[in-house]
Amino acid sequence: MHKHNSNKALDSKLNAVSMSIKQSIKNLDSYTHVRGKSLYVDDVNIRQGTFHAVVFDSPKAHGHIKHIDYSKAEALEGVVRIFTYKDIPGKNQIGGIIPDEPLFAEDEVHFWGMPIALIVAETEFIARKARSLIDIDIEELPVITRAKQAKAKGSFINAPRSFSLGDTEKGFAACDYIFEGETFSNGQEHLYIEAQGAYAEPLENGNIKITSSTQGPTAVQKTTAQVLGVAMHKIEVDVTRLGGGFGGKEDQATPWAVMAALATYHLNQSVKLILNRHDDLRMTGKRHPYESTYKIGLSKDLKILAYEAEFLQNSGAAADLSPAIAERTLFHATNSYFVPNVETTVISCKTNLPPNTAFRGFGGPQGMFVIESAIAKAAHEIGVTPRQIQEANLLDENDTFSYGQIAKQVEAKNTWNSATAIYNIEALEQEVEDFNKQHSDFKKGLALMPITFGISFTNTPMNHARALVHIYLDGSVGISTAAVEMGQGVNTKMMQIAAQVFSIPIEHIKIETTNTTRVANTSPSAASSTADLNGKATLKACNALLQRLIQVASEDLDVSEDTIELKDGFVYCNGKKSELSWTTLISKTMLKRVALTENAHYATPEIHFDKTKEKGHPFAYHVYGTAIITTTVDCTRGTYEFDSVKIVHDYGKSMSEGIDLGQVEGALAQGIGWMTMEEIAYNDDGKLLSNALSTYKIPDIFSVPKEVEVIPVETKGHDLAILKSKAVGEPPLMYGIGAYFAIQNAIKAFNPNYNLKFHAPMTPEKVLLSLYDNQPI
Amino acid sequence: MITFILNNKTIRTTEHSGMTLLDFVRYEQRLTGTKIGCREGDCGACTVLVGTLSQNSMTYQSITSCISPLGNAHGKHIVTVEGTNLKDKLTKAQEAMKANYATQCGFCTPGFVVALTGFALSNSEHNYNTALDAISGNICRCTGYKAIEKAAYQLVDNLENQDKHTVNWLINNEFIPDYFETIPQRIKDIEAKDFNQPQGKFVSGGTDLYVQQADHLADNEVHLIAAKDKLKGITIEDKNCTIGANSTVSDLWNHAEINSYFPKLKQHLKLVSSEQIRNMASFGGNLVNASPIGDMTIFFLALNSDVTISNDHGNERTMPLKHFYQGYKTYDLNDGELIKSIHFKLPTNSTFFNFEKVCKRTHLDIASVNSAIHLTIENNNISEAHVSIGGVAAIPKYLHETSTFLIGKPLTSETVINANAVLQDEIAPISDVRGTSDYKRLLGRQLFFAHFTALFPKQFTLNDFVQHA
Ligand SMILES: Cc1cc2nc3c(=O)[nH]c(=O)nc-3n(C[C@H](O)[C@H](O)[C@H](O)COP(=O)(O)OP(=O)(O)OC[C@H]3O[C@@H](n4cnc5c(N)ncnc54)[C@H](O)[C@@H]3O)c2cc1C
Ligand code: FES
Ligand code: FES
Repeated sequence: MHKHNSNKALDSKLNAVSMSIKQSIKNLDSYTHVRGKSLYVDDVNIRQGTFHAVVFDSPKAHGHIKHIDYSKAEALEGVVRIFTYKDIPGKNQIGGIIPDEPLFAEDEVHFWGMPIALIVAETEFIARKARSLIDIDIEELPVITRAKQAKAKGSFINAPRSFSLGDTEKGFAACDYIFEGETFSNGQEHLYIEAQGAYAEPLENGNIKITSSTQGPTAVQKTTAQVLGVAMHKIEVDVTRLGGGFGGKEDQATPWAVMAALATYHLNQSVKLILNRHDDLRMTGKRHPYESTYKIGLSKDLKILAYEAEFLQNSGAAADLSPAIAERTLFHATNSYFVPNVETTVISCKTNLPPNTAFRGFGGPQGMFVIESAIAKAAHEIGVTPRQIQEANLLDENDTFSYGQIAKQVEAKNTWNSATAIYNIEALEQEVEDFNKQHSDFKKGLALMPITFGISFTNTPMNHARALVHIYLDGSVGISTAAVEMGQGVNTKMMQIAAQVFSIPIEHIKIETTNTTRVANTSPSAASSTADLNGKATLKACNALLQRLIQVASEDLDVSEDTIELKDGFVYCNGKKSELSWTTLISKTMLKRVALTENAHYATPEIHFDKTKEKGHPFAYHVYGTAIITTTVDCTRGTYEFDSVKIVHDYGKSMSEGIDLGQVEGALAQGIGWMTMEEIAYNDDGKLLSNALSTYKIPDIFSVPKEVEVIPVETKGHDLAILKSKAVGEPPLMYGIGAYFAIQNAIKAFNPNYNLKFHAPMTPEKVLLSLYDNQPI
Repeated sequence: MITFILNNKTIRTTEHSGMTLLDFVRYEQRLTGTKIGCREGDCGACTVLVGTLSQNSMTYQSITSCISPLGNAHGKHIVTVEGTNLKDKLTKAQEAMKANYATQCGFCTPGFVVALTGFALSNSEHNYNTALDAISGNICRCTGYKAIEKAAYQLVDNLENQDKHTVNWLINNEFIPDYFETIPQRIKDIEAKDFNQPQGKFVSGGTDLYVQQADHLADNEVHLIAAKDKLKGITIEDKNCTIGANSTVSDLWNHAEINSYFPKLKQHLKLVSSEQIRNMASFGGNLVNASPIGDMTIFFLALNSDVTISNDHGNERTMPLKHFYQGYKTYDLNDGELIKSIHFKLPTNSTFFNFEKVCKRTHLDIASVNSAIHLTIENNNISEAHVSIGGVAAIPKYLHETSTFLIGKPLTSETVINANAVLQDEIAPISDVRGTSDYKRLLGRQLFFAHFTALFPKQFTLNDFVQHA
């Protein structure tokens, strides 16, 4: 449509950004990715005689299993064996936080798609055919699909959690405006394009090697050992890479790996289990739907004085990671705003959906959607723009979060002010207004979305990692960490760190697979902190090696250590290049019997959290940013497009502008998808209706914003971020929340009588019905 | 014996012709670059190219191998990502993806690379829009597509905005490896004779059947009809158009003369599935699949088309398409009968055709409601009208009453508003995963109005039909 008003400062900024992106490092896997040579679980060369497995799952959401007849399936030619809970030598238990989830159902089923048995056959096709021959008789029990129903029935995962700051009662008493309301945000399917899967191989002495598409190799190892009743050292888990994870493979990659291992344990043969898409959609959990209520109070000058919210989390049939996700909802309930009086409660409700699980943002987005809804509602009622309220309440240095952490190095206002200035918000708003005056068939809407996201696992003990760095005697380097590569570019960042410390070309460095025998007892690759934790460990290991190399060099050149530096593959002495090359130095180090291997451990300093008080300092730092989203709604058809998303983001000092921009754009698209077209539907019986890619739609190339501009905010970066390059995986997802409000504003422009509703996603159906709210057809 | 060239290798196989091409390349040939994301044609991770020999040169199209029967590869050149690789260099498509950070987890990447390589090989226009069309069937969950968009644009620039390049040019400029040069001769040499088709389910493109019953097709005989000459071709004679049932949506898309009769054809067809699927999807399949929201069926209903049906003995009968459907997924077709062709009168200066479709996602999605209209206007009076609508009844619906109502009426907003009242009585939507019945009713009205604002923008705006602020 029409171009935004020319803005020289902006153009030169954008040019600078695009230059640094061009020059920044590429994902080190690109070469094999584009040639189809990268290996994923389903691509590993399988051993001769490998069996294939398919999961038999519950065809009802809740009930007693009265009878299962496997005889016809077992009789099918090519079927090897069918495993059930009776074949489990250890514990039939895979619950990560709370032991409430069996690997295979015993007498009861709790969700549609709950695994009951594993069919192992010569081919996957035979196994699937056998599955259709199993008869099951289930006595049905009442089904709960919504969190509210669960609450009414007292069906919970654990005790509720509450955070509080100040005194909301007093806060509300001082308010000029008070509004209450409710919101709903639906779940979201991860839709990693590579479905879940694992490959188990028998080694000698009953040891088993599992190749798994998991974000949490240790979780797979530990759970397999527990189910098989063997020691952890008998199970080796190896991960080359994932074809996408997004949290969906943090906990929920485990059952399939365990099942494959169980079959291998019994059959002493390799077993491959790759879920087909329908099975994956039906059997695995998703982002949690939330039903929430809020109460917001403001003063005349639009300061939010008090905020209360109750979040009903639809946790599904077992805890999975729900308690941790619930906690993060509370951490981010006030988003980028300082509110002096806060009272928030989250209740994890047990329902008959598949256990819902981690998904980029981890409960944070759900919390933020509620306060943004409250602000939109307040603005609508008061007759101001949401921007005015947002702007009046942004976090400042030394403000206190509701969980007690004091905000430091805050960039909330910085990103907001930069965004509104650089992109000229007044002009953008004027454009929208003019357009809406001139057009009756199309309306535009604009919304701003600030974000503040805490970095660290909120469970403090998980914030650690290790790196094992070998320098081989020819000078090449191999690095093992706990980090799992799933597209986020963490391997590239590890490589950059080593290349920088040793000052050698990246071709000399290899990032090894993630393997539990090389790096043990790891935290999953999650919480956006993988690069920080593993990067810091890698940095530590490399620095220790460097120190030893410098010592050897100083002895060799007979100069003091502090004059020595490694640069571009050579030893430099007092800034002058010496004859001593990297490879010669390595040989000399070897001859001197100095260790060329280092194992380093890193644990994030400073962080702590006391759950009994719900106070502490859980985050190493926060990531900030502000997005401006503009949409055009087709008022005839109820469809919409996003004209632009303009962002000022806090990368700290980015290690790779290209990779980090990819994280922002990818997360943004996912966030917009969650808020707009991605609609999970279960019927009242708990059956998934959006059970295929034809009925669950994620953004395609035509539906993402026409224009995405991301400008880094000028900042010093944070010392706890790896090389001051801040975590970037999750935070930008929440920019997508603005999409909901942008569309809502466009609807308002068409239909001023429309009653604001906060019920995400905003599908074309909801848009059209809202445009013609209360009109006869 | 199924005979074809896979990348640079001649294949002769006795594998079951109903096996998917994907399973064959991935598990029989161990070419693991072709990925599996859905097995339903909906993600593009399994994209391969199919090269067909015509007049001594090859034409290449992208398809999703997961829903394509192996037997349809007979006599063709099939190219997987491995078959696009140069020895130790990246091709232009690969380099563009790498340079623009268009790959993250990499799982979707081979599909994009193959589709973009197909774009470079294709005879279609090479501009930024057509480049995106070429990857319209590829889903990526990681990147948010902006980087992929840049890669596609870079490729267009590399093609120097020229539409047709010789194979040699593409080889010399590192778009494809040099063995492509040898393919036309080798395809001639393999002499792929038609093989006997067993009794079994008729499969044309397979894009409906493999989604619905892949396991069944892998386990039972299939009767492949895509190669049958008598079902092919688009001909125009005497203002009448005849479309062979095996013609694909892409065949129509690429047909220059048809495009001149339907100036918005590409815009409309772009709403139908994706380029990969359009390259396989036949009109016969669309009609016989009998989906109440089949786009092409809705399209042809409004053109008041006839269908010609033939049986094993060569007997033929012709009937109006609007009488073909009897109930949900039932229609007037006997065992052994095939749809042979579709016929309709071409638009003239006084006729107006429009197609509308709304779904959750504008592209590569199934309609919540779709609709088409064909009006003849004489002196601002409607002299002939055909309106069809999908998603609001058990069958793809020709709106007899609404069409009749419109005839003889002046082209005014009053006529349109009153016709909608008739339309609302004629439809009976149900609630399902594509929308509630209330929504579909409202959408039915809106799309009906949209026909008139789209066709007569000078005469009507939305304001003429609905009351709002
Ligand atoms: C990802 C995806 C997206 C899609 N999107 C759309 C869309 O947007 N709009 C839309 O309308 N459809 C869509 N479809 C459906 C499908 O592509 C079309 O219906 C297509 O036209 C079917 O043609 P085919 O040749 O592939 O049919 P096939 O699968 O080969 O056959 C379908 C049925 O028709 C029968 N048949 C085929 N040809 C004949 C004939 N000549 N005579 C008698 N019977 C015959 C077959 O026996 C079978 O019963 C989509 C499908 C997929 C997989
Ligand atoms: S695997 Fe998804 S389109 Fe073929
Ligand atoms: S790069 Fe992961 S799906 Fe596209």
